[in-house]
Amino acid sequence: MIELPALGWQSIVIFVVFAVSLLIATYCTYAERVIAAFLQDRVGPDRAGPYGLAQPLADAVKMFTKEEFFPGGANKALFVFGPCLAMITALMSSAVIPFGNNISFGNNAFFLQGIEVNIGMLWVFGVVSLGVYGVMIGGWASNNKFSLLGAIRAASQNISYELAMGLSLIAVLMISGTLSLREITIQQSIPGEWAMWNIVRQPLGFIIFLVCAFAETNRTPFDLPECETELVGGYHTEYSSMKLGLYLFSEYVNIFVVSAVMSVLYFGGFNFPFQYELRDWLASSQGWELASAQNLITALGTVLLFGKIFAFIFFFMWIRWTLPRFRYDQLMRLGWTILIPLAVVNILITGGLITFGVIK
Amino acid sequence: MSPLFLFLSFVALLSALGVVFAKNPIHSVLFLILTFFSLSGHYLLLNAQFLAAVNIIVYAGAIMVLFLFVIMFLNLNVDTEPHKPALAKIAAAIAGGSLFVIMIVALRDIQLPAVNGTTFDSQIGMVDKLGMVLFTTYKLPFELASILLLVAMVGAVMLGKRETGERHF
Repeated sequence: MIELPALGWQSIVIFVVFAVSLLIATYCTYAERVIAAFLQDRVGPDRAGPYGLAQPLADAVKMFTKEEFFPGGANKALFVFGPCLAMITALMSSAVIPFGNNISFGNNAFFLQGIEVNIGMLWVFGVVSLGVYGVMIGGWASNNKFSLLGAIRAASQNISYELAMGLSLIAVLMISGTLSLREITIQQSIPGEWAMWNIVRQPLGFIIFLVCAFAETNRTPFDLPECETELVGGYHTEYSSMKLGLYLFSEYVNIFVVSAVMSVLYFGGFNFPFQYELRDWLASSQGWELASAQNLITALGTVLLFGKIFAFIFFFMWIRWTLPRFRYDQLMRLGWTILIPLAVVNILITGGLITFGVIK
Repeated sequence: MSPLFLFLSFVALLSALGVVFAKNPIHSVLFLILTFFSLSGHYLLLNAQFLAAVNIIVYAGAIMVLFLFVIMFLNLNVDTEPHKPALAKIAAAIAGGSLFVIMIVALRDIQLPAVNGTTFDSQIGMVDKLGMVLFTTYKLPFELASILLLVAMVGAVMLGKRETGERHF
């Protein structure tokens, strides 16, 4: 007899997170165009619906109804498998992100998090490192040299920047002493104590992580795998219809997830200043029950976490329409000879500060 | 044996066979990745979450990407597949088959150490327990291995570093 876990609140949370990440990715395509138009002093999409808000739907209809094309000599199974894998790996990593503190109904407490594992950070890191397979398989199966070049660029770029990313995460680990993302979030706000967000204790580590996040999500200035001027469309040159849509979509899901990870690791996650003071004030002077005051704090924290995520997504788009693309050798040199040594130095500094008791 | 264990073993064996029998080397690599995933599933069943995650990050996430990378560059296909003489094939079959027989004979009568259910620590594979063991009992080997890895990384950076007068672009 197979014992399946009962479908509890966790599956509801996972389903909601899944739906929300797809929704956010959908509207990222709209936001990208609006922000690009704003930065270039254009109007942007404004035809479909009020303020062009139905534009993502129109794009989806276009994607689904376009002709599905298989290039000659392509490996069909892997050609279809590539975009699927890109989407799956993009969606998987959001399962361990704590989107909110506990909410209680009566005697039942729920955490707004898919699964709480004591290796949360490693899970995110592992799934992110798998993301490159979707690009590589798709690029190879296209049977096109530009696609293959794009895929190879993506692979070497991701492997190179994963190293610096992992090293910058180690410094966070040294401070927090845990791999669980929920614990890391809670440590950034201990009640009754002025505990700072990790950005204050890890400024250099955050900058390294941010640069690596740009490289891992293949965003400008590091979008060499899909560099139009050299590689036509990069790894998705031969893709059309919704298979192309899945590739473009998975990039936005990746941006959402990496923004959420940055908010959780460095910007306090669902914590906000004076949350405990607000809860105690509601409970003591306003006559609220402690549980409902806590629920309000949790809801506010979730909203603010999404605010932080949106701020990061905006930052990604702002950079895209501001900075030009790097050259490939510059990209590799930045990763290997600047970011990795900097990350090692950051670990040494963090270790020294912990040893001398400056930070704990 | 739980059904999950049987399923994971089935996937592991099937994909391992796929590695050997696939004609296309890219398919072989992808089957090998699937094998690593099912092995990680086994680690999870044994409550070794850290080992499972590291197995995926290091093997599936890094080493196999390099494998795939190299094989894509080699452009191996049916036309360029080297044809080995029949004698080599027969010798390989005999060698592999006798290794298989020896392993079956060796493992047939093996006595697994009995585990006492009352004193067994189910948290033994968790990351904090593993860290305690690594940093106390196995401190020297652990530190030596980490220095080795650091040296390898510094060496890679040094190899990639540009020397004076080498600039071509």
